[in-house]
Amino acid sequence: MSAVEVTELRKAYDGVEAVRGIDFQIGAGEVFGLLGPNGAGKTTTVEILVGYRRRDGGSVRVLDTDPERAGGAWRARIGVVPQTGELFPNLTVLEHLELFAGYYDEPRPPREVLALVGLEEKGRSKTRTLSGGQRRRLDLGVALVGNPELIFLDEPTTGFDPGARRAAWETIRSLRSLGKTILLTTHYIEEAHRLADRVAVLRRGEIVASGTPAELIAQAPASVIRYRRAGEEVVIQTEEPTRVLHDLTARALSDGFELEALEVHRPTLEDVYLDLTEEQPE
Amino acid sequence: MRLLLHQFRAEQKLFWRSRELAFFTFLLPIVFYLMLGSAYGDEDIQGVGGYEFLLAGMIGYGAAATAFAGLALLLVIRRESGVLKRLRVTPLPAATYIAAVLGSIVVIFLLEAVILIVLARLAFDVTVPDSPASLAFVLLLGAGAFSALGIGLTALIRSAEGSSAVVNAIYLPVAFISGAFFSPDAFPELLQLIGEILPLSHLIRLCRDVIAYGEPVLEHLDDVAVVAAWGVLGLAVALRRFRWEPRER
Repeated sequence: MSAVEVTELRKAYDGVEAVRGIDFQIGAGEVFGLLGPNGAGKTTTVEILVGYRRRDGGSVRVLDTDPERAGGAWRARIGVVPQTGELFPNLTVLEHLELFAGYYDEPRPPREVLALVGLEEKGRSKTRTLSGGQRRRLDLGVALVGNPELIFLDEPTTGFDPGARRAAWETIRSLRSLGKTILLTTHYIEEAHRLADRVAVLRRGEIVASGTPAELIAQAPASVIRYRRAGEEVVIQTEEPTRVLHDLTARALSDGFELEALEVHRPTLEDVYLDLTEEQPE
Repeated sequence: MRLLLHQFRAEQKLFWRSRELAFFTFLLPIVFYLMLGSAYGDEDIQGVGGYEFLLAGMIGYGAAATAFAGLALLLVIRRESGVLKRLRVTPLPAATYIAAVLGSIVVIFLLEAVILIVLARLAFDVTVPDSPASLAFVLLLGAGAFSALGIGLTALIRSAEGSSAVVNAIYLPVAFISGAFFSPDAFPELLQLIGEILPLSHLIRLCRDVIAYGEPVLEHLDDVAVVAAWGVLGLAVALRRFRWEPRER
């Protein structure tokens, strides 16, 4: 059974279409990455799925319920880490977790959540004294304390330094191993690649590609051969790197020139992503 | 019920930990009472002792400061910081949340009124009102009407940065012309007229009738009606325009 089913979802703000008829499904226990540049419609999509916003068209089922008609019992099954937003500066970390735990019938013990998000040392600190990364971990803790089965993470690591990002990835992986279903939005390709079972690339409100990271890479146009000649960079895209390279090196040998800085490059998810999300001239 | 109590406790903790809010809304009316009382507490104003006159004014001012200004500021800050939005994806029902916030504010205002009354009795020999029922009714009426207006006001405030300026610019002048600090008799007619239209002057008059003149509230239903009408107006705006989310940028 799918945890999330989205069909032909549409949403416009003041006549400007932010989401233009997208479809995707997320299976139970899956980590799904919604990848795209800023303004592609990621947050709008998440906000519709969690019930903050009403859609203009299409159908949405989240845990077998339409979020627009969902009640408290449904909200107890989801957890949301919003992209922005603060908590109470005068409450401690543990007090936040206790406050939110009180909203659920079967919460996860706050101290356990403290450990899960790596804030054991900070339980008694007021939120206003936390660093940005620690606050973000508390955001995650607040979303997890209800022990939800489906978790929405809207750009959970934006603004993190590389160390903090890796730590956050570990936490998300541990959630996955607990059997949680996760929808993750990000504009970091590496993040989607490392964490997501499947990825949909969103561009200007449309899904321009979707599949496992490996499938997306396989869709890539071609291998890339680069070298420099007389100071000019030459880039060749080809489906037959072996033959092209053979011809190229043969010509270089017979004509007696050097292929400076020669490299053959398999496309990465980043290349695919940049290719897909690049603003094409209209 | 368990949720309501849980949230009520959290609201109390949040209020008392927020020193600025606690000072400006809770403590300031008590401080003003002592200050203004030391200036003209022993004079006679409108046929009653200055301390009695002021007690009614400060309870009215307390309703405006706590239930109106304090509540509006608290809700705008929570809305703009995204806290309200985050609560909406928890199982906590919106009605339970609002009830807990209101209940907490009302309890704080009642506590403040009781402290003022006890202070007036012990330190300045002001008699305790004859009819506790009338007093309780007036206090709850004031708390209810001004809370509704406070929630309604949040709809008109666009950002957390400007919120305290907007709130202060409204309730401080209103407190002046409504006679919270001294008798408005010396004010120009136009100001007195504006004061008459606004609810605070009527609430203060009710407090004065009950506390200083010892009259039952039933003899002043016209004032009750004005305060209640403003409360209904606030409620109508609140129901139509209250937002849980910060304004889109």
